[in-house]
Amino acid sequence: MVEALRCYALVAAAWTRAAAQYRLSLCLMILATLLITGLDFVEILIVFANTGRLGGFTVAEVGFLYGVAATCLGVADLLIGSIERLGDRIRDGSFDAMLLRPAPALALAAADQFSVRRLGKLVQSVGVLGWSLSAVDVEWTPPRAGLLLLMLASGTVIFLAVFVIGAAFQFVAPGGRETMNAFTYGGGYLTQFPLGIYARHVIQLVTFVIPLGFINWYPALHLLGKPDPLHLPSATHYLSPAAAAVLMVVASAAWAAGLRRYRSTGS
Amino acid sequence: MRVYLRVAWLSCRRYATYRAATVAGAFTNTIFGFIRAYVLLAVWHARPHLGGYDATDTVTYCFLGQSLIMVLAIFGGELDLAERVRTGAIGIDLYRPVDFQAWWYAGDLGRGGYQVLVRGLPPFLVGALVFKLRLPQSPTLWLAFAVAVVLALSVSFALRYLVAMTTFWLVDNRGLETLSGVAALFFSGMLLPLVMFPGWLEPTARALPWAAMVQVPADVFLGKHSGVGLVGALAAQAAWALVLLLIGRLVTQLASRRLAISGG
Amino acid sequence: MAIIEMADLTKSFVVRRRAGGWRRHRREVRAVDRLSLGIEAGEFVGFIGPNGAGKSTTVKMLTGILVPTGGRLRVAGLDPASERRRLAGRMGVVFGQRTTLWWDLPLMESFDLLRRMYRVPAQRFAANLQRCSELLELGELLPVPVRELSLGQRMRGELTASLLHEPEVLYLDEPTIGLDVVSKVAVREFLAEVNRERGTTIVLTTHDLDDIERLCPRIVVVDHGRLVYDGPLADLRSRLGGERTMVVEFGGAVPQIQQAGVSATRLGGSRLALTLSGEANVAALTADLVGRGDVVDLTIGEPDIEEVVRRLYAAPDPAGPVST
Repeated sequence: MVEALRCYALVAAAWTRAAAQYRLSLCLMILATLLITGLDFVEILIVFANTGRLGGFTVAEVGFLYGVAATCLGVADLLIGSIERLGDRIRDGSFDAMLLRPAPALALAAADQFSVRRLGKLVQSVGVLGWSLSAVDVEWTPPRAGLLLLMLASGTVIFLAVFVIGAAFQFVAPGGRETMNAFTYGGGYLTQFPLGIYARHVIQLVTFVIPLGFINWYPALHLLGKPDPLHLPSATHYLSPAAAAVLMVVASAAWAAGLRRYRSTGS
Repeated sequence: MRVYLRVAWLSCRRYATYRAATVAGAFTNTIFGFIRAYVLLAVWHARPHLGGYDATDTVTYCFLGQSLIMVLAIFGGELDLAERVRTGAIGIDLYRPVDFQAWWYAGDLGRGGYQVLVRGLPPFLVGALVFKLRLPQSPTLWLAFAVAVVLALSVSFALRYLVAMTTFWLVDNRGLETLSGVAALFFSGMLLPLVMFPGWLEPTARALPWAAMVQVPADVFLGKHSGVGLVGALAAQAAWALVLLLIGRLVTQLASRRLAISGG
Repeated sequence: MAIIEMADLTKSFVVRRRAGGWRRHRREVRAVDRLSLGIEAGEFVGFIGPNGAGKSTTVKMLTGILVPTGGRLRVAGLDPASERRRLAGRMGVVFGQRTTLWWDLPLMESFDLLRRMYRVPAQRFAANLQRCSELLELGELLPVPVRELSLGQRMRGELTASLLHEPEVLYLDEPTIGLDVVSKVAVREFLAEVNRERGTTIVLTTHDLDDIERLCPRIVVVDHGRLVYDGPLADLRSRLGGERTMVVEFGGAVPQIQQAGVSATRLGGSRLALTLSGEANVAALTADLVGRGDVVDLTIGEPDIEEVVRRLYAAPDPAGPVST
């Protein structure tokens, strides 16, 4: 694990140094990413230009949901996002080059084409999150702040795991990148809004099957004092770390299985 | 004329080979369709007759948008044009004895035709299975919708063509491409129906060319226009398409002159 | 103990071909079929075979990218399939057609990254880099981004990168492809030097028979996944026969030649072109010519190596390997 992080850091740093040569272009790209991802929040603002509440949530509360989900996705995307191109790398042979190194293949694949440009999304989402923290009607006591940090950490891990599972899927189905996007960016989009607006089956799906609901929704129910449409026990509100841990286990198993299959069948 | 038909057909065939990516893409579009549908339903729950739409209208609108997103190439691209300019291969293209812009137009229509079936139908059908959707009631309306989609694709092509042609002057036009994609996403009504746009934003958006891409065909489909109004809506689309294509022709002239001078 | 040991190494793939419509037709393909081979430390082996012979599959198994279906494989005492990362530190790989370096970074940065990844002690790294720089004239290339290097320059960079951590085994896959003559010579001399100076075992996969001729005392030929020949190039030539040519220029009259296995053709002037088949006795023929005629000049040509290998590739699937 330590070796994986070390190799990841080495490669990511090298890519950052390379990008830093084009400082102006990089700044422009960060700005562009900021504007594009900012469109997501503009969408929310337009929704609230037409209604005071969405699924019982005010604009600040939805802003909070959005801020957490987008920040978690943003961090995960920054750290491991380029792994979505695994299919391309398998096809052009550069993944084989990674297997020749004395380093864990996942670390190298995750760090390849590491791009600081993705910070743009993060700047925007942290901004919205910051605003929402002051705008919602919540008293931020230490335990509540702790729960918030736990949310952010677990949410990021959940998204990281989804990226890895998506990548592992590309060992089996090289066209799987688009499908993966449906879950990563689709998942991010879905959790921006209160899960209460979705059909019951959908909420169950993102609670029990693909635990995206634990990224922001369940802890938020506690923090914002909202009722649970599924009427689950209140302990559910604190289960984010458990969901993250379970998904991490699934992700490592998926990656190991995918890599095993790749090494026995070639490409 | 036959040449262009052939170009369209070949383009169609080419896109048919990307089977796996197409299926996965249709899946993604369906997912996003569902998410958006629920969000819109929640808004319409609070404002049942927002902008003259009812809940059924808005869900239909949503799935129409997702069906058309790839057909109209809302995010941009789908034209190798920019890449060919960058590599210099464009030199050959400009000296072919066919109309340059028409060539690319035919190819794009072929692509669009294929994607209407393969990426357009599935999300709409899945949406229709789960939600109640509004379908055109008369054959005239279906025909009008078909015309509207072709015109929408034409407007989309004309805009993408212009953006791609800027490569002759700006080698790296990725920034412009991204900006153009964002504008299209927002102003076409893809993200949210233009009826939801507050205050002055709505009429402004409707006046822009992008509205011709999603909002107008959707309104035709939903039967929001009839009689003279319908003809007017289609005419507005056609006008935008014409203007943008003509600007495209001018730009083509300038580009080939530039190529001749600077030697490619 | 040999540094590379292969015993009945096998790799099969299941290939699915579409048989019209949606049906799939399964077929098992043996890319590598019971290959047995031993390579001692310090050897320089050429690995050749027609396209699709199983060469790159074998190298992928040696480097741990692919896991064998059967047989036993050991490199430096390790099993590549299960100890990929440990083995990685003891081997180097160069691909002719793909780069293993970081495209946008200056060459030196790639080297530095590798130094840290492979944990090469600073002094050893500096010494290795220095030596490679001298031999390959890397000097001004170090600050240049890899994408701006020419093919020849990039290849010199790749060779250096593969040796910075002092691997015991070096695999090269078509390193001279697309290079100009000067670069090819530089690469060949470098490889010979590395093999000589450090005793690095080198396995060279190539289609360039000049490379083989100049560098490899031993060649291994595979076809259809099986070993077809394993031994010195010279033996391969004589074994497969192949005609040698002799051109003789006479000062005076051109004598008649009557010898077994020799056919003569009169060239312009006083020159004779002789084709000698395997059974011809060169010594006797030369003595005869010198005795009977006034020999001004005499040249003997070896059978064209391309011809030799072509015959080998064209030979019907042999019952067993030909080895010395």
